[in-house]
Amino acid sequence: MAQGFAQWGNDLYTGRRSYDIVGKRRVWYTISAVLVVLSVIFLIKPGLNPGIEFRGGQEFDIAATANPDQQLAVDTVKGVEPGESPTVTTVGKSGLRIQTSQLTSDQVQEVKDALKTAFDVDDTKISAEYIGPTWGADITRKAVTGIIVFLIFVTVVMTIYFRNWRMALSGLIALFHDLIITVGIYAAVGWEVTPATVIGFLTILGYSMYDTVVVFDKVRENTADTLDQNRFTYAEKANLAVNQTLVRSINTSVVALLPVASILFVGAVVLGAGTLRDIALALFVGMLVGTFSSIFLATPLEVSLREREAPIAAHTRKVLAARAARPAGEDVSQVELAGVTRSAAQLRPGSHQGQAAQPKRRKPTR
Amino acid sequence: MAPPTRRSSPWRTLAALGVLIALLYGVIAVGVATGKASWTPKLALDLEGGTQIILTPKSTDASGKITSNTINQAIDVIRQRVDASGVAEAQISAQGSNNIVVALPGHPSEATLDLVRTSAQMQMRPVLLEAGPAASTDDSTATPTDAATPDATSTPDATSTPAPTATQKYAKSADPTPAPTSSPTETTPTSPSDAAYYLTPEIQAQFDKLDCTDVANRGGGEMGDPTKAFVTCEQQGQAKYVLGPVEIEGKDVKSAASGLNSLPGGGTGSDWVVDVTFNSSGASKFAKITERLKDQTSPLNQFAFVLDGLVISAPSVSVIIPDGRAQISGTFTRDSASTLANQLNFGSLPIQFTVQSEEQISATLGTDQLQKGMIAGAIGLLLVVIYSMLQYRALASLTVGSLVVASILTYGVITLLSWVQGYRLSLAGVAGLIVAIGITADSFIVYFERIRDELREGRALPAAVDRGWERARRTILASDTVNLIAAVVLYFLAVGSVRGFAFTLGLTTVIDVAVVFLFTHPVMQLLGGTRYFGGGHRWSGLDPRRLGVTTARYAGRGRVVTAASVAATAPAPDAGASDGPVPAREPVPVGTPGMTIAERRAAAKAAAAKAAVDEPQQSEPEAGRTDGSEH
Repeated sequence: MAQGFAQWGNDLYTGRRSYDIVGKRRVWYTISAVLVVLSVIFLIKPGLNPGIEFRGGQEFDIAATANPDQQLAVDTVKGVEPGESPTVTTVGKSGLRIQTSQLTSDQVQEVKDALKTAFDVDDTKISAEYIGPTWGADITRKAVTGIIVFLIFVTVVMTIYFRNWRMALSGLIALFHDLIITVGIYAAVGWEVTPATVIGFLTILGYSMYDTVVVFDKVRENTADTLDQNRFTYAEKANLAVNQTLVRSINTSVVALLPVASILFVGAVVLGAGTLRDIALALFVGMLVGTFSSIFLATPLEVSLREREAPIAAHTRKVLAARAARPAGEDVSQVELAGVTRSAAQLRPGSHQGQAAQPKRRKPTR
Repeated sequence: MAPPTRRSSPWRTLAALGVLIALLYGVIAVGVATGKASWTPKLALDLEGGTQIILTPKSTDASGKITSNTINQAIDVIRQRVDASGVAEAQISAQGSNNIVVALPGHPSEATLDLVRTSAQMQMRPVLLEAGPAASTDDSTATPTDAATPDATSTPDATSTPAPTATQKYAKSADPTPAPTSSPTETTPTSPSDAAYYLTPEIQAQFDKLDCTDVANRGGGEMGDPTKAFVTCEQQGQAKYVLGPVEIEGKDVKSAASGLNSLPGGGTGSDWVVDVTFNSSGASKFAKITERLKDQTSPLNQFAFVLDGLVISAPSVSVIIPDGRAQISGTFTRDSASTLANQLNFGSLPIQFTVQSEEQISATLGTDQLQKGMIAGAIGLLLVVIYSMLQYRALASLTVGSLVVASILTYGVITLLSWVQGYRLSLAGVAGLIVAIGITADSFIVYFERIRDELREGRALPAAVDRGWERARRTILASDTVNLIAAVVLYFLAVGSVRGFAFTLGLTTVIDVAVVFLFTHPVMQLLGGTRYFGGGHRWSGLDPRRLGVTTARYAGRGRVVTAASVAATAPAPDAGASDGPVPAREPVPVGTPGMTIAERRAAAKAAAAKAAVDEPQQSEPEAGRTDGSEH
């Protein structure tokens, strides 16, 4: 497998095998648009399922009870507080999570004691959590502030680093794309949104941008000399960059996803609802989508934007015109050949390497 | 394009890393030896079990604004209460701009929790009686109190030499209490300073018994009945007081500021003072009080500011202050003056704490999650190792080594920070660490792929390492900057568990950069010089043939190395084997100038298909080399 993969990576690098990612950008735009629309639909219905942190209320967690009977929990709570209609979920194999509306601290103590007796657990295995009604709104507001500040910073940094605002803009669009899809899929899965989920979403911000920057750095490197040559258009050079970085992207996303997937698996199957599971799902989806978008959305978008620049547009026309003129009189195989070589590796002119680069006699002492 | 002419010694860089790690663990070892630190990082409440309360101070007054000063004062008040309650290792900190997080380990009692939740208020009461902090058991007028706390008797006058800081009158604190002999037969007090009325034997007994050297008695929180006398301590435990009924509420204080005193001549003196401004109702009340107090004898001429049930200042009054602008002078330092001003400002705000969330976490739940999380992380790490072995063969050992170094550094830094900074590892933080495996490994992948790219260009390994590094370094720095920005922004804007996560994310990003620069790259340089890697052994992960470099390479001195000859002889590369200034030689691909491998192949294919056809493409104008074409 590795042998084939290395060969494939090699082919991608040299341009022998090349996927026309930038050229077929309408396809990717369509896919992305469909995904985003689907996510928005998921966000409307069924919509996000806000956790207790966002609704406010009282939660009791019982760990490691011998008898995780949901009905018993409901009856116990109703025995103390008749007016309550508690929501009970099983956590893992032997845990229970009981959520009620807001209680006073005396009521909490009563319910806690009743639960302790009913499930025969001691103080260390039961936990209570009270969430004020404004807490979730507070977290959300802070998260939104965080996102905005982050976006401003990153836009500035990327614009300075790449010396081009278009890269920053396409990075931002890809970022929103990732975020919407991640949130949409989370809504579709229907798990509760907890602060852990919000952490996951916020991490996706960083990861998506990180991945995009890695790809863009290769694009920047490849396209730096676009205007100094007449062989390839900007789009082709960018496409080569994406192809060359494809192996990196696959390796990175596999390596990043493996630990996350393992947390997700352990979290979802063994632990049940909890911090780890919620973070892991948000991260898993976000990383997948983030890798996809850096290659298939951010770079094509960037090319679309750059091609509107006057010098790039003029250059593209010139290259294409020259190419159209060249195959005249040549036969079909030559045209095919041209098609093969069109997106091949960039040319690097040689330069004098200095005297030190000249062959010289080995020193006898060595 | 010129090859790097200088290469820093990889050994030196590695030595620097070794020193860094040794230093890190050395500091921790010193900490452990002195008993201040431990070898394991402290765990946050969600892993250790305990109660976490997040409070937001809200001004009940529409005009009141919550500033960071207010928050800090509120924290001080809560800390004072919690410390007095005897809960060890309570963590009280500000989070974001307007939240206070109180973390109490274990199972704190309901009373302790109430202490945290109650709001703090300020009152101003006249001083009726003042004495040194210790319980006065020898006082003849005291009701016999053998029940006085043991520490009180065991430390007689141990603290009766109070540092003469903020408040002025302590120097005379130990004078014998005036005999409160007057009979409590009066039915109405003549004034709030009427010691004869307020100083009942019960109050006197309470006062005598009170031992302000015991921190448990300085918890505050109790404001006392505003119409009756009130016995309490000075905040730092330097004196104890009997105070008259409340005369001015905290909300009547408009503002307080510290500054240097102004001299009568108009200049600025060198003494620190605190200026207090009352609002209009406060000013008129204060005018009356000062009028009454100025002629009294000490300590009856004193006036106490009581914050959260503790006296923060009890200045004496010598003149009538009619305009509500009082100045407290005394032996202030710059810090003590500003502390008092902040306390007064805080007390002037009618503040209420709103409980945002209260969480009691059982240690079992947290331990369970941590354990499972660790297992998940280990499985994930193992999968990463297996995958990189498939991808990078022997080079995977470098990935694993780098991850090991990264984890050693991370563990050390977290342990150090949990000692120095009070950082605590939460479950979200653990998740951040596990996620960081991927992001850290990515740096190596970017680097390795760049090296492979350079190998594909036809360079020998040492040169490929150097050039690949130049390019990878840029990418790694740029992308890690983005990550770091995300972490920093989250850290400063977020609350609760988000913060712990952001912190670990930022930390691992910095450590990632450190490891790549100080470990992965130098080791790669060294590996590039070995026969195994430099020669491109087929299991090394850097075998040029597996990377598709099949064409001959110019190896210098007129020799051309083909893949076959590489396999046969595996020449030890002379460049890079040592750290001397020998420049890495760049083997130049032999072929039609400007043609790439693929083009050459395509051209060869085309030529085979149609032998009559000429060169398929005209070369671009280029710095032409005139070496032979293989076509």
